[in-house]
Amino acid sequence: MSESEGNASTEAIHAEQIHKRFGALEVLKGVNLSARKGDVVAIIGGSGSGKSTFLRCLNCLDHPTSGSLRINGEEVRFKPDGHGDLAPASRQQIRQLRSRLAMVFQNFNLWQHRTLLENMIEAPVHVLGVPRKQAIEEGKRLLDRVGLNDKHDAYPAFLSGGQQQRAAIARALAVDPLAMLFDEPTSALDPELVGEVLKVIQSLADEGRTMILVTHEMAFARDVATRVVFFHNGVVEEEGPPSEFFSNPQSERLQKFLSNFN
Amino acid sequence: MFIAFGAFALGLVIGMFGAVGKLYGGAVAREGLELYTTIVRSVPELVLILIVYFAGADLINAVIGLFGQDPIEINGALAGIWVLGFVQGAYSTEVIRGAILAVPQGQIEAARAYGMGSFLTLRRVTLPAMLPYAIPGLSNLWLIAMKDTALLAVLGFGELTQITRQAAGATKSYFTFFLAAGCLYLIASLVSNFLARRLERRARRGIA
Repeated sequence: MSESEGNASTEAIHAEQIHKRFGALEVLKGVNLSARKGDVVAIIGGSGSGKSTFLRCLNCLDHPTSGSLRINGEEVRFKPDGHGDLAPASRQQIRQLRSRLAMVFQNFNLWQHRTLLENMIEAPVHVLGVPRKQAIEEGKRLLDRVGLNDKHDAYPAFLSGGQQQRAAIARALAVDPLAMLFDEPTSALDPELVGEVLKVIQSLADEGRTMILVTHEMAFARDVATRVVFFHNGVVEEEGPPSEFFSNPQSERLQKFLSNFN
Repeated sequence: MFIAFGAFALGLVIGMFGAVGKLYGGAVAREGLELYTTIVRSVPELVLILIVYFAGADLINAVIGLFGQDPIEINGALAGIWVLGFVQGAYSTEVIRGAILAVPQGQIEAARAYGMGSFLTLRRVTLPAMLPYAIPGLSNLWLIAMKDTALLAVLGFGELTQITRQAAGATKSYFTFFLAAGCLYLIASLVSNFLARRLERRARRGIA
């Protein structure tokens, strides 16, 4: 009893038997994954292995076909969505969960018609109901933190990819997230801009943020993750702490996958 | 001009709901709107104006009759706004629908990912983000609305073209009066273009 209570208070994300089917194609074939608070879980795997889809199922941007999901100890309630998948049963609940599961996208997806600072305060003010003044203070602080001191009033399209992604990370921080979901945050960046974004993510890991990170940056996953998960064909093929995972991969597929990066 | 503005505004409102209904509505809403835009856009404006005006007046009087009231005379300007607005709405629907489709999907997805509901997403993200794509089409519609008011002459409204004809007929100086009327339309269009450009620049502020 005391153990399960202990689990509930330290557990951030718990996904069980997540299946996702797009038409005839089964992308996820029963994925189990959980993260405790403070965990940095790096998900790696080839393209089409289902890692991004899984991430998008965690905040129901994609509706899972079946499975169960617990965020911060709260069970996500589902109902059939009429297309063979599960839709969140309560809009209220899913909005609330989404607002605290901050997502960072591959293509940044900053709102183009708003300045960086306006991007920062959008969700806090309009979704979470934070007073505007307070949100602005916090937004400025976060932009400064990711090194965009002089860009508060710039529009996203006039910034480099690295700057946009750093702003997107600041936007994610602005909702005071329970956990952050990174969907290949550096894949759309020019190589020379990757470092500045990884540095920001590293600093978040150092302060104990809970993160799920889909990435192709093996060296970074090794450095920053507390646990690495290898997706293959819609299932978790192997997982472990980075030290063992990279130096002593068990499955043949993971060995083969990692050999591409050496 | 007042009629044109009213009609355009009404058209915008119809267009906004129409576009959203067409994109996100249920099957019934979609089919209904499809029917509306197809029919309205394929029938000549003049014919539509006559149909909507006379059929509309009949309908209103029939409804009023049910409540035992005497038939009423329909206010010319108001009727003009309704009739032209109804026509404009169909075109607006298509312009706005296209503009919404031009908004990068990721913008809307980000709104959902941060917990915005569908109405909030529409108000805070989709509609402002589609503006830069809609303004060229909408400013066209405004110009058309302005000139279509001339068609209302068939209903006997005293708007610019109608009055010009009367004045020209009375004085026999056709050239002077029609040239003057043409100039007025031209000036109104030029001013509109100027405003539309400024509006577009503002809407495009975030686009590199």
